Amino acid sequence: MISNMPLTPLPPSSITLTINGKAHTLDLAPWTTLLDALREYAHLTGTKKGCDHGQCGACTALIDGKRINTCLTLAIMHEGHQITTIEGLEDEPDKLHPMQQAFIDHDAFQCGYCTPGQICSAIGMLNEGHAKTEADIRELMSGNICRCGAYPHIVDAIHDVMHQTH
Amino acid sequence: MAKLKNIIAKGMVSATAVVAKVLPAPEEDPLLNAGQYIGKPYPRIDGRLKVMGKAVYSAEHALEGIVYATLVHSSIAKGKITLINCEKAEKLPGVLKVITYQNVPPLKAPSNAFVVSMTDPLAGSSTTLPIMQSNEITWNGQAVAVVVAETPELANYAASLIEVAYETKPAALLLKAEKSHAFTPDHVVSQPAEVKTGDAEAALSAAPIQVDEIYETPIENHNAMEPHATIAYWPNESQLTVYDSTQYAVGVQETLAEIFNLKPKQIRVLTDFVGGSFGSKVTMWQHVPLAAVAAKLTGRPVKLALSREGVNRMVGGRTMTEQRVALGVATDGKLTALIHTGYTMCTQDTYAEQFSLVARHMYASPNLHIAQKVVPLDRIQNTFMRAPGETPGMFALESAIDELAHKLKMDPIELRLRNEPDEDPVEKMPFSSRFLKETYTLGIDKFGWKAQQAPPGSVREGDWLIGSGMATSYYPVQQLPMPVKARITADGMVTVRTSSVEIGVGLATVQTQHIAERFGVHYEQARFDQGDTDLPSARTAGGSAATAAIGGAIRNAADKLTKELLLLAGRIKTSPLQGANPAEVVMRDSGLFLKAQPDVGQTYREILKASDKLFIEADGESPAPTLAMKFSMASYGTHFCEVGVHMHTRQVKIRRFVSTYDCGRIINPKTARSQIIGGIIMGIGMALMEESNVDEHTGRLMNPTLGEYHVPVHADIPPIEVYFLDQPDPLMPMGVKPVGEIGIVGAAAAIANAVFQATGTRVRNLPITVDKLL
Amino acid sequence: MHPFTYICPSDVATAVGSFTEDLADQPLSTQFIAGGTNLLDLMKQNVARPTKLVDINRLPLASITELPNGGLRLGALVTNADTAYHPLIQERYPLLSQTILAGASAQLRNMATNGGNLFQRTRCYYFYDTSAACNKREPGSGCGAIKGYNRVCGILGTIDHDPKTTCIATNPSDMSVALAALEAVVCVTGPQGERTIPIADFHRLPGDSPQYDNTLQAGELVTAIDLPPQGFANHYTYLKLRDRTSYAFALVSVAVGVMMDNNQIQEVRIALGGVAHKPWRKREAEALLIGQSADQPTIYQSVAEALLEGAKGYGYNTFKIELAKRAVVRALGIVFQQNQ
Repeated sequence: MISNMPLTPLPPSSITLTINGKAHTLDLAPWTTLLDALREYAHLTGTKKGCDHGQCGACTALIDGKRINTCLTLAIMHEGHQITTIEGLEDEPDKLHPMQQAFIDHDAFQCGYCTPGQICSAIGMLNEGHAKTEADIRELMSGNICRCGAYPHIVDAIHDVMHQTH
Repeated sequence: MAKLKNIIAKGMVSATAVVAKVLPAPEEDPLLNAGQYIGKPYPRIDGRLKVMGKAVYSAEHALEGIVYATLVHSSIAKGKITLINCEKAEKLPGVLKVITYQNVPPLKAPSNAFVVSMTDPLAGSSTTLPIMQSNEITWNGQAVAVVVAETPELANYAASLIEVAYETKPAALLLKAEKSHAFTPDHVVSQPAEVKTGDAEAALSAAPIQVDEIYETPIENHNAMEPHATIAYWPNESQLTVYDSTQYAVGVQETLAEIFNLKPKQIRVLTDFVGGSFGSKVTMWQHVPLAAVAAKLTGRPVKLALSREGVNRMVGGRTMTEQRVALGVATDGKLTALIHTGYTMCTQDTYAEQFSLVARHMYASPNLHIAQKVVPLDRIQNTFMRAPGETPGMFALESAIDELAHKLKMDPIELRLRNEPDEDPVEKMPFSSRFLKETYTLGIDKFGWKAQQAPPGSVREGDWLIGSGMATSYYPVQQLPMPVKARITADGMVTVRTSSVEIGVGLATVQTQHIAERFGVHYEQARFDQGDTDLPSARTAGGSAATAAIGGAIRNAADKLTKELLLLAGRIKTSPLQGANPAEVVMRDSGLFLKAQPDVGQTYREILKASDKLFIEADGESPAPTLAMKFSMASYGTHFCEVGVHMHTRQVKIRRFVSTYDCGRIINPKTARSQIIGGIIMGIGMALMEESNVDEHTGRLMNPTLGEYHVPVHADIPPIEVYFLDQPDPLMPMGVKPVGEIGIVGAAAAIANAVFQATGTRVRNLPITVDKLL
Repeated sequence: MHPFTYICPSDVATAVGSFTEDLADQPLSTQFIAGGTNLLDLMKQNVARPTKLVDINRLPLASITELPNGGLRLGALVTNADTAYHPLIQERYPLLSQTILAGASAQLRNMATNGGNLFQRTRCYYFYDTSAACNKREPGSGCGAIKGYNRVCGILGTIDHDPKTTCIATNPSDMSVALAALEAVVCVTGPQGERTIPIADFHRLPGDSPQYDNTLQAGELVTAIDLPPQGFANHYTYLKLRDRTSYAFALVSVAVGVMMDNNQIQEVRIALGGVAHKPWRKREAEALLIGQSADQPTIYQSVAEALLEGAKGYGYNTFKIELAKRAVVRALGIVFQQNQ
């Protein structure tokens, strides 16, 4: 059933993605994931690749305000969506989002590689509105792995922002 | 060859030791108790870049014309490639090159491996294995082809079309099955592999109370969040530039120079940010030269970003261990026999993970037997992983001590206190500082530790069995050479530069604090540059040694610059510093001032301006590694934890964790705490879930991804309290001692001890998964 | 990942039709994609190699609606998160809500759909590694797991008598376990028209063709999952045991729903996950509880023994037999405590 001849990849076609409020027209083949589209084609490398299989959360970004793993979705599936990445969180240039500031204040990272995903995930979680306690935060942030082990500080940072905004 | 070098290295060490005995102790650092910048919780200096997604990691440099490489991995552990068919891949439009042993240019195998000889400047490689030079396979997962294509998707697809056939040879895969081939290594990280005092076996037999058990730890993989990545390009035939996620830029540079027959100067290695390492990026693995070869053959910049699976096939992890700990005590709880022996794996390059070091420094016993053996296996080279040696070793030792305390019906802290040595038990040297007892006292208070515990398995809260456990922690001072260049510019800025790499631990932040304190300038006027081999050549950012090593080098540079400034001031007719000598001045308020007359002095700006100089510069050297030959030097700590174990289904839930530390002076309590909790959390992973599962028949790593290799997630982590004694070590620059790795050491033992207290079941083979408690 | 063509139709007929066009020559080469969380994962591992993807995200299947019989219809494209947090689900089917929230991560639940969840393929290590033998991935190639590292593998309904069909894989879905307990019905449309499949008949045991996870015909599309009126909203639990606290597949899981009347058990559903090629139920075991009063823990053990009857371990996974029994006992304990 699997053909012996290699299939020739389709030529890329022009796809327009709305990333951080800006239209990016990219030449992409259907097999390009949203994560690769961001990193390799739009050169927005703030969204990280840690596992490429939805198993670490480093690639978390917001689609129409909802957090997803950008590694497990195709770019072509997101024409017309509002894609927000770590680079698009600041309301104005050089003014950090409260979550970004809280991460700095609480030293909620070391190497920083999981950080954009943690921050996008935390913002997505607050949008969802289901986290009420620190235990909820821990459970609902468990899709974001931090191998440096900054978890307690991440929870502190999120808890702070949760109380600022509510 | 490797052996010979080690013997030479060891010879040098012992010669230095003789010299060291007669050398005076170093002058105490005047900054031991300084506190204007040191000791303050400054936010991480690169924090803003990291939270904005603007910190650029190795795979993220956008170079014109970049192409993508993917590896194909072997699926057998040992044997030969009999056929490799790349035709389908090569035919695809956009595939630029497929590299196999059949067309790879000759590459010199690295002459030494870092894990074997940590003293050889050329040994930045993880292995001495040839790089794709023949059809021979030596581990399951070895790279058998490199595919280079215009896009990452195409490279991955093309790689899947390559067909490889093998002739399989019997492979040695299991430690237990191969123990008949065990041998004693030449050394255990430059220490003797075997130490004997008295007759430990006889003393053990004679002891009224004994513990004699086997403890096992599995293979573990680092799984730093950033997969290893290399971008390589050749600006011309004789120059190679590499962006690499490495802890050791100079090691990569020198190893690539050897492989490609170039001079180190012809190679530049750049590392701005590293997304975690934990030892996995200390040494250079084979994907790095393969990226460079691909760049050479295609004439394009090549990005080789390993997949998560690729990392775990191409980068070795922590060895499995099988350790025997046997303890004999008299009824007063004083040890009469301490035996710690066992096995780890090795390959053609013998790295004996130093699990037996902890037993040499923790407890006094008149009879000691400490010995390690290695078992050669057909597996990927084992390597350093966070606190290599101390981590598995302390699990075994501290579990055994706990078992002994239960047999004696004695508080495990009391047992430890009764065996606290007055001097180093093996080296017979004084301790430079050892506040271990104080960490017990502090921990007892903060955790609420009770000397009298209920019988194991008897405390319940609902359906949960509750227990507390503790264990000690230890990590030795390692003195590494990490030279710097320090510069004072006419605008009053002080810049220190080194090729050492900030791997996310806070090095750049604490050294900026240090520079401000040392040179007496504002924090904003202090600057620390790193991660480029064009900067002064530094050793690997490993061994929890960088803060002290670079700190010492900065102190040295500051002393030289003080002399230089006084020389310049001496030529300035109006200078109030005329005739002053270095001992009479102090660096503060952005200048040099007389100690005796605090108002009298001149700013750097004034001195440089009057001297018509844009800057002055000095090289700083780390202190010679002689202290460890006169003193037993280490950080110490104690872990306390409380666990709940479900009485039916046996999940272990860690309820709280308290750790107390003697890590010398703490430069930045914020970043230091982060390092410690990070270590504890990795220790929780080690205790409860981490294990690399290798198929016993094929040697294939079966859980190379983060879905199957479990590391702790948010929900696993309880509140963690960390306390530092913050006592400076009088012999160390700024009074600091290691912080980076000690957090993990002993954490798994504390958890295992708590699980025993909760359930009455002693688990001696990690991880403590439910099946072991049913 | 292998290359593929991509279409994104906006009505069900076109979606199913576009699938049918390919059936003649390449029966396995077209796949529907919704959330993509498992399919793309498998495609990246070269385990799944479709030549055409039909993106169904624009189909009008994304709502939860009331059924005339008092049940609920879950559109195939409603995400797992939207389902779990839906007020009607939380009120009437809290077992389903709890179960969904025990699976994957918040991000994945935001992507994964109800329809897609039914199609999760096994997490057997040997299925995922294309260098290993696996009868599910390559029929007739053998089974690497049976003598290999099989900690995650199944203990019930496994097939191990013929190397060419041996399969000890498990179904990894949490949601399907709750659906099995709720006796949901899967609504399907395809080249032959519409039909409904009881969840118990949707997933299958490996038999002599472990390559098939379910009983769907080629080209059939799941459009909805119907929940019967009985949601066991007063007495239920989903107990999931895994190697870490969250974001891991079940070693063993148990979904329990009970209906009580005057402290007497009227109806019981117990479904096990992580142990077999499909969610595992056994009516004889459930029957042991019918008519009993709630506070009789001694029966729990008999129920567990009956459920696990015939279970077989393969070395690394043998502990699952005992663990599953204990999980059943614990889950029943939780459910009946809710009564007091």
